Amino acid sequence: MSERLIIVGAGQAAVQAVQSLRVDGFAGPITLIGDEAYGPYQRPPLSKAYLLGSFERERLFLKADGFYRESGCELRLNTKVTAIDRQTKTVTLDDGSSLPYDKLLLATGTRVRKLTCPGAQLPGVHYLRDIADVDGLQQEFLAGKRIAIVGGGYIGLEVAAVAAKRGLDVTVFEAMERLMARAVSRPMSDFFAAEHAKAGVTIKFKTGVEAIEGKAQVEGARAGGHLYPADIVLVGIGVVPNDELAKAAGLETNDGIVVDRHGMTADSSIFAAGDCTRHVGREGLSIRLESVQNAIDQAKHCALAMTGKAKIYSEVPWFWSDQYDLKLQIAGLARPTDTTIVRGDPATRKFSVFHLRDGVVAAVEAVNAAPDYMIGKKLVADGVRVAPERLADTAIPIKQIAG
Amino acid sequence: MPKVIYVGADGTEHPVEVPVGHSVMEGAVKNRIEGIDADCGGACACATCHVYVDPAWLAKLPPKTDMEDAMLDFALVTAPNSRLSCQLRVTPELDGLIVRMPVSQH
Repeated sequence: MSERLIIVGAGQAAVQAVQSLRVDGFAGPITLIGDEAYGPYQRPPLSKAYLLGSFERERLFLKADGFYRESGCELRLNTKVTAIDRQTKTVTLDDGSSLPYDKLLLATGTRVRKLTCPGAQLPGVHYLRDIADVDGLQQEFLAGKRIAIVGGGYIGLEVAAVAAKRGLDVTVFEAMERLMARAVSRPMSDFFAAEHAKAGVTIKFKTGVEAIEGKAQVEGARAGGHLYPADIVLVGIGVVPNDELAKAAGLETNDGIVVDRHGMTADSSIFAAGDCTRHVGREGLSIRLESVQNAIDQAKHCALAMTGKAKIYSEVPWFWSDQYDLKLQIAGLARPTDTTIVRGDPATRKFSVFHLRDGVVAAVEAVNAAPDYMIGKKLVADGVRVAPERLADTAIPIKQIAG
Repeated sequence: MPKVIYVGADGTEHPVEVPVGHSVMEGAVKNRIEGIDADCGGACACATCHVYVDPAWLAKLPPKTDMEDAMLDFALVTAPNSRLSCQLRVTPELDGLIVRMPVSQH
């Protein structure tokens, strides 16, 4: 009899797994269980084009309805998995029923980290993770309104850019001394800070939000001892992995479901992919990535392992962000100890930052400089040594940078 | 709904009805058409949705942006009729559009 696969979670990794498993020859029935009302959709546009209103909801969906039918995949939406029984190889659903599996893929993703300060429960405090979150935010997202954004990371800044474009009055509160500190180098942080300032966005650095003030709804944010009047608060202070289901089933978790380099947990019937996993990256360090790339590539590797074609996952991580007309593209994982080289003039709004580790290209961050990103990614993948003065010299075409 | 005809590297034709406003890339990846990877989901960030547009249709398409041009430089085996399908929006005028897919996107 062919194996039955259950996928918990209905995001990017889940869909990729369905697609790859069929291509790789997995013949058994697949059940995809998601707790949202919607079938699998793309999250990246939510904080960008979808919030701006230039991207229709219909386009968010990763696949046409026919895809699931033709792929022999049953979609069970509005359904939560409440437990995994590894002895009987069944999952329990929130309606009390249970489903048997031979293979289980956990693609449970993450959930937003909640604000815990006083007033955090007030109406008008928003998060951005789901379609429903954006639809809720849209109601209040009107020109002239004042929005306080907690957190100067990707989500906060993408929303800030859309808000500024839509004519809202925007203030960003960032606890660190620079923007996107966890994700990009200082030259890149400084460049984006200047761009946001040009667009009229106020940024308060080293300023944590102490309380959300208001009687029946948000009236302001108290930060650094000052009260900033606000109609809307958007919180973008990171996410936490949904690893509780795995943990309760006795699987190892550590800020994420621990998997090996094939995506397998210590239980050979159970795999995990995407934002919810902690895995050993290509540099040999234990990491948890939050990205489309990781969701797709890890799901592909899970599919390979499940069909007896296991291959080590060692893809270069990559990320992107759209703010205004700026496309930020990143490949590789930079470290604070890397040597950074700026290529091009940030004033032209088209430049990149290369990171060298022991002389070898370890990461690249590019703004409106796709060729630098594409070449940089390849240099990272191949572990190429490039002299810093060559990287900085824009007279040398990027395609010839390695010499 | 406009129909886009995706022609595989082996010559097989896959006609797909694609809603107006969707990209040619989306029409493929949402409907099990193999040959367009679109790793980045349409952000013009990966050059893995490269197609060859049937010459008869080339003039009906909007011109390439600098970004698309720059990214196409990284697609494999490009030709003058190469485009990134994530940048091609389907319109009623494009009903019948024929695009050919390369042997590999990577």
